[in-house]
Amino acid sequence: MRDARAVSPLGWMRVNLFSTPLNSALTLVILAALAWLVPKAGGWLVWDAVWGPKPASACDAVRGEGACWAVVWNKIRFMLFGVYPFEEQWRAAVAAVVLTALLVVSALRFFWRKRLIAIWVVGIALAFWLMGGGLGLTPVPAERWGGLSVTLILAIFGIGFAFPLGVLLALGRRSRLPVIRAVSVLYIEIVRGVPLITVLFMASIMFALFMPEGLRIEQLLRAQVAIILFIAAYLAEAVRGGLQAVPRGQYEAAEALGLSYWRTMGFIVLPQALKISIPPIVNIFISVFKDTSLVVIIGIYDFAYAVKKSVETDISWKKYFIEAFLFSIVVYWIYCFAMSRYSQWLEREFARGERR
Amino acid sequence: MFRTLAKTLALAAALVAPAVALAGPTVDAIKQRGALRCGVNTGLLGFSAPDSAGRWNGIDADFCRAVATAILGDPNKVQYVPTNAQTRFTALQSGEIDLLSRNTTWTSSRDATLGSVFAGTLFYDGQGFMVKKSSGVTKAADLNGATVCVQPGTTTELNLTDYFRSKKMTFKPVVIAELNQIEQAFFAGRCDVYTTDISGLAATRLKAPKQDDYLILPEAISKEPLGPMIRRGDWELLTIVKWTLFGLLEAEEYGITAANVDKMRAESKDPPVQRLLGTTGDAGKGMGIDNDWLVKIVKAVGNYGEMYSRNIGPLGIQRGVNAQWRDGGLMYAPPIR
Amino acid sequence: MLIKSERARGVLYQALLLIAVGGIVWYLLSNTLHNLASRGIQVGFAFLGREAGFEIAEKLIEYDATRSYAHALAVGLLNTLHVALLGIVIATVLGTLLGVARLSNNWLLARIAGAYVEFMRNIPLLLQLLVWYGMFTELLPGVRQAIKLGDWVFISQRGFRFAWPEAHPGWTAALWALAAGLALSLVWRAIARRRQAATGAQWPMALPLAGFIIGLPVVAWALSGAPTAIETPVLRGFDYQGGKVISPEFAALLLGLSTYTAAFIAEVVRAGILAVHRGQTEAAMALGLSPNQRLRLVTLPQALRVIIPPMTSQYLNLTKNSSLAVAIGYPDLVAIANTTMNQTGQAIEAISMLMAVYLSISIAISVFMNWYNARVRLVER
Repeated sequence: MRDARAVSPLGWMRVNLFSTPLNSALTLVILAALAWLVPKAGGWLVWDAVWGPKPASACDAVRGEGACWAVVWNKIRFMLFGVYPFEEQWRAAVAAVVLTALLVVSALRFFWRKRLIAIWVVGIALAFWLMGGGLGLTPVPAERWGGLSVTLILAIFGIGFAFPLGVLLALGRRSRLPVIRAVSVLYIEIVRGVPLITVLFMASIMFALFMPEGLRIEQLLRAQVAIILFIAAYLAEAVRGGLQAVPRGQYEAAEALGLSYWRTMGFIVLPQALKISIPPIVNIFISVFKDTSLVVIIGIYDFAYAVKKSVETDISWKKYFIEAFLFSIVVYWIYCFAMSRYSQWLEREFARGERR
Repeated sequence: MFRTLAKTLALAAALVAPAVALAGPTVDAIKQRGALRCGVNTGLLGFSAPDSAGRWNGIDADFCRAVATAILGDPNKVQYVPTNAQTRFTALQSGEIDLLSRNTTWTSSRDATLGSVFAGTLFYDGQGFMVKKSSGVTKAADLNGATVCVQPGTTTELNLTDYFRSKKMTFKPVVIAELNQIEQAFFAGRCDVYTTDISGLAATRLKAPKQDDYLILPEAISKEPLGPMIRRGDWELLTIVKWTLFGLLEAEEYGITAANVDKMRAESKDPPVQRLLGTTGDAGKGMGIDNDWLVKIVKAVGNYGEMYSRNIGPLGIQRGVNAQWRDGGLMYAPPIR
Repeated sequence: MLIKSERARGVLYQALLLIAVGGIVWYLLSNTLHNLASRGIQVGFAFLGREAGFEIAEKLIEYDATRSYAHALAVGLLNTLHVALLGIVIATVLGTLLGVARLSNNWLLARIAGAYVEFMRNIPLLLQLLVWYGMFTELLPGVRQAIKLGDWVFISQRGFRFAWPEAHPGWTAALWALAAGLALSLVWRAIARRRQAATGAQWPMALPLAGFIIGLPVVAWALSGAPTAIETPVLRGFDYQGGKVISPEFAALLLGLSTYTAAFIAEVVRAGILAVHRGQTEAAMALGLSPNQRLRLVTLPQALRVIIPPMTSQYLNLTKNSSLAVAIGYPDLVAIANTTMNQTGQAIEAISMLMAVYLSISIAISVFMNWYNARVRLVER
């Protein structure tokens, strides 16, 4: 019998680490591996590493024994802002903060009402104005945008604009009208069945052929549209799950009350369905945030590309690209881990009502 | 809910509007935009590479400036769009760039099937191989069984295959699209040989940690005439680009340099020079640009010889076949009259 | 709404949607055709028959530069399937181990597995691939200083090269015999189970299965000459020749894909095992089943019902993610299609073929999943 509430440390170890011979063996192996790995990794990562704004020569001196985190200090502006004009970089920084704040605000339950849509619209417009300029700020063309703000823009604008389309597709898939259902199903299944990279290729190469002669669309806008169309299909499936989970009684009661289809959906069904679908929607957002890194392949300056380019073009820092990549990995991890923790907390919150 | 949705969509449409621009044929579009969008390399020294201040240097970059001067009168009105070997043609096809000045080899299939057309040869080159001196290889025949770094979607890739096949040798390709990445792979030792145009090899060697460790083999296994490319069907632009190139060559032929162009314009009595510089005749107007187009161009980037010595000179490559026809080279410009 | 009848309105909406969708499609199509014509690009798949002209570094079937583009694309497709299948196997094994480890009552093991999952799930796959590839090219020694394990294994920047038996009909015969043995074992198992359901008698399992799976290949091998020659890699010229090699590109892609997907599979497996009601385990214990039997007969079948659907969607994600090979130079389908697109200018045909291929793979996996779901569905009262 396992008593998990053993109070003394020794007792705890006996129960949790050494309960069976197999467990004891495993524990010893793991401890041995850790004992070997931690000093080595710790040395390379932390103690022998070069921190702070030191020159490349300091890093060359400890090459092989210590990581060169100085590359982050030296290249941080390029990594965060790409080729954005130097004097205006504060605008990109503020835009990134605004977008992150948008995420944080959406997470707070207090804002889960109609005003959230207004907040998103304002946030998106503000970010767009800060990055692009006009109306008092010097204009900056979209091909100079780069770095962390582009990653945030691609992900947040992506899910923001994909949301209405996704909801419409989910409703369309459940519609009784055969044509509407067929079109929705076709769209969802085709878009979900292909990798994002082919959608991005299609956007960067074929969109221009789809447009009439002379109409030129920014690379960034093309990638954004591709991401929006891609997310909409996955969102549609998540919302569809929510729609299925709303009890039939709700639909029937609304019908009994004489509400039209759109009133039923708008006032009764969608609020409940969306609440149920929030965990999968958050997961979709986490995947989208990670997948924005793919725009590297079509040459758009997002955060991952800016990090890659920051070390590639400078001969003295070129060999420290692993440290630069690790830095970008840490940044992505912070965002995604925060979001996934939030999603787990959300699921627990929702389950609380159902737990008996 | 619908009112908010409608408002959101309207706002989105308004935000999107500045990103799409309606325009007519390319020259009009360039004039309306006020800048020439020029596709260049991501960083090939001597051809198109940004320096630490963000200024693009190289013979291809200077050619972009020349064309911009011809159309807009100002060499600084160029938007440089870096492209890699795989995105360059689609960037041109899709209208993202107006002119591709990116050490691109002139071949029949590129003229015929890619929806674009070449406007001339800016630089006659050939494909070569670069190896580490420590490998002991001194000629191309020693390369049997080697691992070769090559960029995909290039004539380099095809020529490499043809060459090894014809010599009954085998090789293992390492195919990487990004120039920086492939240089890195070669320097790190992932492959034994790097192959591209000889000028590209020289440019890459300049970036090596120890330049003397590397040897460019003497063989040139193919003809690589590098030149500017534009979209098919754009006759106006084709004429301007073609004659910009010829103008630069003619300027060198008649001894017009950036230093003396103003003096020559004012004082020269030589009929060809007068026609070139717009003192007589209507060469420029015929193409739809100002008559003093060549004066501005030469003042901005110099003549072909000056462009060459400024950009290619540091790579250590002699004029060779790129010399004027009078000096035994291939550069022969039709007369401007 | 002016039209009162709901049916009429339904028809109206559908007609409007058809017109809208049709209109958009027609507009895009006509623009495309016009643009292609003005650029002089021919539409059509005729280019597939032309000579490819480029070499491919890794191929599972015969290919050289004189073959057609279609052949090159086939090589790419096989490469994609190759890395996807291997990736699925490794990810499943690793993911299952991690999932079970996370539920272990060994605190250290559970925490470490948990840390792995939380770390790998939250970083983009592309960055992981670039780090793996960077590590292989930078940290491994050059060919001449390769790490040697005896005379059999050589590890260097050029890849992981190891000795392999020389090609001989004996080995092909053994492989066919193995396939036959596996088929026979499945048949044996099915018959044995039916016999057990009908009569209660248990047929012997271990010995016959071993005989089929091990014995048959050995017999085939012996009968066709018992070949024992092994090809060891030898340093000749630029690189080692002989034996089999795993290139750094393939290794980076495979390891990156597997370790990334394993983190997701671990979560799926963990959710599946947790979904089995505690009462089931307790009842099985009460019935006197051994832990092995408990796992095999009670826990796993019920857990699998919950695990398989999200697991197949992870397999699908892995297959789609293999398209990132284009970033590290592994010649998969997307990379070769990209090269083809650049050499021929036929972008639309190439991209549509790509999407069609991936779509077929997704549909195949969905169909399988639906079949499986229908088969194991809990038939309720």
